[in-house]
Amino acid sequence: MNETTIAFLVENKPGVLFNVSNMFRRRGYNIDSISVGAIENPELARMTVTVKADRRALNQIVEQLSKMVDVVNVKRLDPMRTIMREMLLIKVNTNDPMAREEVLYHVNAYHGLILNIEPESLIAEVTGEPGVIDEFIVKISPVGIEEISRTGVTALEKGHLKL
Amino acid sequence: MVEMTGAKAFVKSLEREGVETMFGVTGGALLPICDELYSSDLRFVMARHEQGASHMADGYARASGRVGVCMATSGPGATNLVTGIATANIDSAPMVAFTGQVPQSMIGTDAFQEVDIIGITASAAKYNIQVRSPSEIPHAVKSAFYIASTGRQGAVLVDLPKDCLVDSEEMVFPDTVHFRGYNLNPHPNPSEMDWAATLLAKARRPVILAGGGVIAADASENLIQLASLIMAPVATTLMGKGSIPNDHPLCSGLCGMHGTGASNMLMSEADVILVVGARMSDRTTAKLDEFNPEAKVVHIDIDRSEIDKNVETVTRVIGDAKLALQGITERLSRALQTSSKNEEWLKRMELFRKQYEVPEYPANPHLRATQVVKALRGALPRDALVTTEVGQNQMWAALYFDVYGPRTFFSSGGLGTMGWGFPAAIGVKAARPEVPVVDIAGDGSFGMTENNLATCVEDDLPVIVVVLNNRILGMVAQWQRLFYGHRYKAVELGTTPDFVKLAEAYGAVGVRPTTIPNFEEAVKQAVKDNVTTVIDVSIDPEENVFPMVPAGRGLTDIILEVRSEESTPPTAPGGREKTEITVGD
Repeated sequence: MNETTIAFLVENKPGVLFNVSNMFRRRGYNIDSISVGAIENPELARMTVTVKADRRALNQIVEQLSKMVDVVNVKRLDPMRTIMREMLLIKVNTNDPMAREEVLYHVNAYHGLILNIEPESLIAEVTGEPGVIDEFIVKISPVGIEEISRTGVTALEKGHLKL
Repeated sequence: MVEMTGAKAFVKSLEREGVETMFGVTGGALLPICDELYSSDLRFVMARHEQGASHMADGYARASGRVGVCMATSGPGATNLVTGIATANIDSAPMVAFTGQVPQSMIGTDAFQEVDIIGITASAAKYNIQVRSPSEIPHAVKSAFYIASTGRQGAVLVDLPKDCLVDSEEMVFPDTVHFRGYNLNPHPNPSEMDWAATLLAKARRPVILAGGGVIAADASENLIQLASLIMAPVATTLMGKGSIPNDHPLCSGLCGMHGTGASNMLMSEADVILVVGARMSDRTTAKLDEFNPEAKVVHIDIDRSEIDKNVETVTRVIGDAKLALQGITERLSRALQTSSKNEEWLKRMELFRKQYEVPEYPANPHLRATQVVKALRGALPRDALVTTEVGQNQMWAALYFDVYGPRTFFSSGGLGTMGWGFPAAIGVKAARPEVPVVDIAGDGSFGMTENNLATCVEDDLPVIVVVLNNRILGMVAQWQRLFYGHRYKAVELGTTPDFVKLAEAYGAVGVRPTTIPNFEEAVKQAVKDNVTTVIDVSIDPEENVFPMVPAGRGLTDIILEVRSEESTPPTAPGGREKTEITVGD
């Protein structure tokens, strides 16, 4: 089953995030990632959810979301026509000077930024497609990961396509 | 704009919605509302338990087609409504439930009688709203009625913190409300109807499956018109019972786990199945993989999420069932020169009717449930309204109690809520006081909400309860007999209570007829006197409901009788292979 990205606008009011995630739980679908943020219209917010589901389940997810009173517009995003990004914050153990070099090398290779340096650890930021983030984590894991925080996927369609 | 308290605005909002009757149980958090109701003409029917109030509102809604209203106090009052909310919602009955709530300053502090009813009902209701200031009340009430009564109807809950009821603010009473995420378009797409009509015009063995959506859309006449045009047999779901009269020549009866042989067999041999306003639940389709894989399924539904949810369709028509049926019928009348001749196909219906006739349950000292239910039909006027409880009583009523029109037969289909039928009957009576209302009950179900006898008597809402008393939780017992080697556990109810004395204790009439003529007489007397009457009929605890398709089997694996005193079947878990099951071929 492929990962599918679904984007939708919701009323920006209390309880809506709960209702959305509750619908997924209630129908037995597992959310792989979810991100929410304000948009240009302060009354609305945009949610992006990624799920692994077969055709039938995906169809149900879209229909069940569309049916919700506080969900305004739902769309399955076509991966070929969509820009997808996720941001990673990662804290790595750098007690070993060689480790520090190794981390700096990888962060550079992935066009990341060093945000904080302490004697024993550093925090880096890497942004990219979710698959790229996964790849980066695999590469850096031998060094010793202390902590990871990912934002979840956010996505926009190219050109004139809109939600 | 006028300044008033939230409680006053609340009652005014209800009046503006045309509410005449509401059902509820009061409490501390509702005191400001009670004080406003004191000087209002609104009828407040006092239930003895909030669950009863919710089912009354549900019954009222189903019988009248208007929104049913119930109310309960915060905390336990609110949680007691939940079963009723879920029951109404899954059966698409328009209902609005109001709950009291602790003042906003105390929300989240685990205050006395505080419960998170918004969180609790999130997946049980169609929508819910917590009011945050007095001036939000008129908008919240309007929204609740709007959402409950439009699209696929359902239950909406409004939570009212006490401070919002007590405090005063400037009020605006809106005439309309708008939700940008709630798009209602009842008009079906013409090309979808073209395609549906084309498939039906070519069908050689068409069958219609009519669900509750036909009744909700007031589309019974359109259904019958279309069925007559293409000479298609009409099977119904439990919720669809009454969408076509049981005595109509094209009506093949209930379809599904306890469907008639005719409905189940026709459904399995059809080349085109037109589903109208039905969820295609497991109780209707039986084993999904075996649900006629050859047939082209055309699905009409107002709720797009029902399409392809369980059964894959070839085409769908999204929209109001009445408009869709009208549109398809118009197209078909143009396409078909003469009304199609499905002689062979209709003969099959007759054949199945005979072939799958359920043998009479052997006579013994008890009355037979099927006999009682048929006698009840004969003793009641044609326009009587009937509710059922859940279990064997419900299936006997669905199979053997004929009804002749929409909104005459009411049952908890989706949730299967035992104890629903009696309070629902009270709600039905409140909506239709001029006709007799009967709850076909079992002793187990009636026991769950029997305290509402007090409401019948005190609020002058006389209903007749026919208790098919087998001293056992009959449907579970039937499964224990058939599939668990007759090992009865947690089903035997004993001989308590004495339902005649129970009725009398509440100031109602109790009778215990022992013959069919006595029973008919008791029913006629109760109708004539128009007083709350409990008719306690002793039936055999071993009597099974047939036809039956065992769980996990296809629609055509129909059991018609069991010839043995011992347990049953080869396929069931832990069953012993002793019983002979007659499976129709």
